[in-house]
Amino acid sequence: MNMDRSKREPWWQEIRGKVEAGERLSFEDGLRLYQSNDILDIGALANTVRRRLNGDKAFYIYNQHINYSNICVNRCRFCAFGKDKGDPAAYEMSVEEIVGKIQKRHHEPITEVHIVGGIHPDLPYRYYVEMIREIKKARPEIHIHAFTAVEIAHLADISGQTISDTLCDLREAGLGSLPGGGAEVFSPRIRERLCPKKLSPEGWLEVAGTAHRLGIKSNATMLYGHIESAEERVSHLLALRRTQDETGGFMAFIPLAFHPRNTELSDLSNTTGFNDLKNIAVARLLLDNFPHIKAYWVMIGPKLAQIALNFGADDLDGTIIEEKITHMAGAETAQGMTRAELRRLIHEAGCTPVERDTLYNTIVNVEQSANTDQPAGKGFAES
Amino acid sequence: MSYNLWRKKIDHNERFSKAESLELYNHPDILVLGELADLKRRLLNPKRLVTYIIDRNINYTNICISGCRFCAFFREDGAQGGYVLTREELSRKIEETLSLEGVQILLQGGLHPTLPFSFYEEMLAFIKSEHPIHIHGFSPPEIVHMSRQSGLGIGQVLRRLRAAGLDSIPGGGAEILVDRVRQAVSPRKCSADEWLAVMEEAHRQGIKTTATMMFGHVETIEERIEHLMRLRELQDKTQGFTAFIPWPFQPHNTRINVAPVGGVEYLRMLAVSRIVLDNIPNLQASWVTQGPKVAQVALAFGANDFGSTMIEENVVAATGVSYQLSEKEIRRIITDAGYEPARRNMAYELL
Repeated sequence: MNMDRSKREPWWQEIRGKVEAGERLSFEDGLRLYQSNDILDIGALANTVRRRLNGDKAFYIYNQHINYSNICVNRCRFCAFGKDKGDPAAYEMSVEEIVGKIQKRHHEPITEVHIVGGIHPDLPYRYYVEMIREIKKARPEIHIHAFTAVEIAHLADISGQTISDTLCDLREAGLGSLPGGGAEVFSPRIRERLCPKKLSPEGWLEVAGTAHRLGIKSNATMLYGHIESAEERVSHLLALRRTQDETGGFMAFIPLAFHPRNTELSDLSNTTGFNDLKNIAVARLLLDNFPHIKAYWVMIGPKLAQIALNFGADDLDGTIIEEKITHMAGAETAQGMTRAELRRLIHEAGCTPVERDTLYNTIVNVEQSANTDQPAGKGFAES
Repeated sequence: MSYNLWRKKIDHNERFSKAESLELYNHPDILVLGELADLKRRLLNPKRLVTYIIDRNINYTNICISGCRFCAFFREDGAQGGYVLTREELSRKIEETLSLEGVQILLQGGLHPTLPFSFYEEMLAFIKSEHPIHIHGFSPPEIVHMSRQSGLGIGQVLRRLRAAGLDSIPGGGAEILVDRVRQAVSPRKCSADEWLAVMEEAHRQGIKTTATMMFGHVETIEERIEHLMRLRELQDKTQGFTAFIPWPFQPHNTRINVAPVGGVEYLRMLAVSRIVLDNIPNLQASWVTQGPKVAQVALAFGANDFGSTMIEENVVAATGVSYQLSEKEIRRIITDAGYEPARRNMAYELL
């Protein structure tokens, strides 16, 4: 495999040499990779790392999403989900409603409930603690993957406690782990322009680090495809890598493709397939201390997410149902996918499907039931 | 390792046999197939260009006696929703196309039970007398149908259509060029031999055509490869195909209950097509069925053409799959992948 222009270039040989030797890539390496359009080369290299770490396994999870409220004081410019209080499209769910949504699906083998919402101006601290406690009561075996670092910092604020004490309260109520949202891009320039009110990058990393030190695992994300530069992406990834070196608490990195529709940045275009695959592959190459890279099918579509399994990703996320945040921004993907659909996509990609729980423990004996799953919603539409 | 052997064959412009093509298809790593296809594409199309055409699909009727199981577009004669376009509607659609700098219409329709042959001749003559536009029209099943209805031979039908204004023929209705498959999914449509005979005759008369393949329904992988072999064989004789367009079957609203082909299988089929069809110069990515993201990625797997701006598309849309792309978007997507976008006509001449 050496016909490509880039492959003859010294920088490529150097990067390839490092990856093959298991050495760490530098900031410049990351930049070079982002600037190249040779996605097959980059993908193949990312795949060698993916195989080293995860073999031919590709993970998915049987999960349920709950977005408890879209009322948000941050009103980031890239967001189509957040609404002001009093807006006719604003909503908030009571704890009873949330528990109702969980109970309604008690017969399904859901292992994770994924909960995120806006930064609500006046819901009390006890609402959040109760939400977790009541869900756990209603379905004790379920893993609660809830509240991004941004929400955790907000909860610490309104409770008047430290991040650490807040996390301990929530854990005691039943919280299992934190999703990786709200990281956006850790660049002061971007935050100033797009999300000035949001928790700072230092704050985000502090919440993640604190959680990790308490033994609470979390994920990490990056919202790409708006006004960020390649340098800003690489810096973001390296900041995550540094934190992970210290704590080891990140499970997966999830590049999030920006969806411009219905946002204040609606004049921007959707991300391209090249861009999406490059973000997967470069993340796999730079984040050498992250066990998993996720291709989030809701955002990039099931077809491209499947292709991404050959470009460094080893996880498609889950069955989902009722995703609101990306769909408010015009995502045309289905609201959910069945296990059978996810397993088929993974098989067709040449990988072995593994159903996991939130912490990447393998769920056994799913093959039989996966075949008899009913389709979820329309199933399998595309973005 | 087979990779080195394949690499060498491509470097030396050697042909892949049927067995080798099958082996290629079954290679586990799609990135390897992409790399080989990209190599072949560069040999055939050395410039870093990706072409596209501004045109519109016009479906003059959706009434069809063929009743193919994979089709969500057709209506039976007399059924609700059946239509035949009027001349006013035709003219309006063509004027719209011209105003958008369109250079061609893709004129296709169902196999209508009662329209006489004169209908088609007069439609072409009418269009040509009113509008300066290239007519890429009537796939082989329509030509065979006209021949059966009128009692004229294929050669005569083609000569008369051409005299009336037909410029080139689209490669639709090929589905899978294996009669076992055609019997199963489209028993009333022309046979594989008839499809090829129409194309051969068209090429002999100097009419350029494209070729398609609709895959991912009831066919085997061997049958897909057989399809490529038959096209390659004819192309050796005539050199009349300008492009090959493989697209995956879209099952929604049809009478074939299978899961849709995923992105990986699409790229695999595309890459193998590029490597195996060594005598067909252009390969189209299908954003209409795959969406803009996968279609862009297809440019790294052998495709060198982005198809049409599709000012109007009805057949795929009837399966509930509906993407829209402006010319500006198409150009942005091509540029973003590191290629130079270029408008073309049906003969792949740059405009």
